[in-house]
Amino acid sequence: MTKPTIILGLESSCDETAAAIVADGHNVLSNVVASQIKLHEKYGGVVPEIAARAHLEHLLPVLESAFEQANLTRDDIDAVAVANCPGLTPALIVAVTAAKTLAWVWQKPLIAVNHVHSHLQSVLLEKPSECFPALALIVSGGHTSLYHCANPLELKILGRTIDDAAGEAFDKVAMILNLPYPGGPSIEKCANNGNPKAIRFPRSMLDKDSLDFSFSGIKTAVLYHCRGQNMLGEDRVPAMSDQEKADIAASFQAAVVDVLVKKTIRAAKQVSAKSVMLGGGVAANTALRNALQQRCDQESIQLFIAQKKYCTDNAAMIAGLAYHKLKANLLAPLSLEPQAQGA
Amino acid sequence: MNDTQIEITSRSVDETIALGRKIAQLCQGGELIALIGQLGAGKTHLIKGIAQGLDVEQINDVTSPTFTLINEYPGRLYLVHIDAYRLENAQQLEQLGFDEYIDPDNVTVVEWADRVTQIIDEYDPITIRMHHDGPTQRKIQIQNPTPDITQALQNQKPKRLDS
Repeated sequence: MTKPTIILGLESSCDETAAAIVADGHNVLSNVVASQIKLHEKYGGVVPEIAARAHLEHLLPVLESAFEQANLTRDDIDAVAVANCPGLTPALIVAVTAAKTLAWVWQKPLIAVNHVHSHLQSVLLEKPSECFPALALIVSGGHTSLYHCANPLELKILGRTIDDAAGEAFDKVAMILNLPYPGGPSIEKCANNGNPKAIRFPRSMLDKDSLDFSFSGIKTAVLYHCRGQNMLGEDRVPAMSDQEKADIAASFQAAVVDVLVKKTIRAAKQVSAKSVMLGGGVAANTALRNALQQRCDQESIQLFIAQKKYCTDNAAMIAGLAYHKLKANLLAPLSLEPQAQGA
Repeated sequence: MNDTQIEITSRSVDETIALGRKIAQLCQGGELIALIGQLGAGKTHLIKGIAQGLDVEQINDVTSPTFTLINEYPGRLYLVHIDAYRLENAQQLEQLGFDEYIDPDNVTVVEWADRVTQIIDEYDPITIRMHHDGPTQRKIQIQNPTPDITQALQNQKPKRLDS
């Protein structure tokens, strides 16, 4: 048996500082995200750790923890991988600088990956499958994109949001309904007891063949439903029964899921994909998982969904994608820089 | 800061986009626009118009930076689109390197600017407030506009903004 290829992945593109060690692109030996190891007391829910300083404070403890959990030392590492785009430059630069330094000191190859593309690899973590060529939906707080993927490295974008990402709509509707942040889990929980057909919120499909998304209108529709068409009426939410809120949450969730599923199936048909991959933070939503599974079953398309623990930002997916880049000899120079916009 | 305040009524999404375009066409670089308005007030639409006025090629690319915090778009001038919705205080805006974005090559727009007034007021922003005034109608108040913008928008009926 050949020795596995072991990659250390680092991630600091948005809120999370993360490190993971992954063998052969799918065997997760450790997966550490800063918010999980409670370096700081939480104050009032999840705080976006936007400051580069927060990433800096978290990076070394996260890195150490990743090695501890994997029970490995630096000598076991074959390559160092990092997400260098897209994201906030001051945030990205923390993990990028760390990865460059480690690669140089350890004399190991450096691999740079696109954070959004790596969400696809989260689908294959711990359960490698033959799923390519595939149609992929990456849906999160910052992204809602459809890709046609020939293999892990060749991604062609087919559609994306023209205004708000689906995850952002969840957060803003949670705010309208006075539900806690982050909105995705709050809405899902509240919707459990609701009737998804109570209110018919608009499904923005854009043009007939469009694969782009728009979630700004549904957010406004929920707002008007709660506060009147001209926003001059009083905010009814504080006086609403739990049932009414649950009905709104369920109806909103159903509308978003409906659009995501329809567009994904539309795209899968357009490119004759034999499988669909679903990743990103919103992929943790059970209603979306179930609805997409049902439609894919009807269409005899195989569906691959990321495990819930790998839906949100993590570094295991970074190491996962990096494995394929290493195999293809796509290495990054030590002059690697962060890029705000992803290609 | 001047005392000028212009009030405009937009009757549709298209009029809001046209207003953004008009304002941006009169920008010369270095402007800071503070954008204030509730959910659904049309802030993203106004910014899509601003992007058009700065010759940003694909306005469909202009999306909400609530999660990403800052989006940048190349055009005649760089459009820097910042969203303070997730920020807890004005200091967090500073930590994002805000002062570096105020540059003669940029037009910087800050959404949910009321959350970070402490920092941005130091930069003498053009403040745009958007209010719901009906299902599609919005009241838009512009405070501290540049003389060019004042001249172009004063006494002008919003429906003529398209022309």
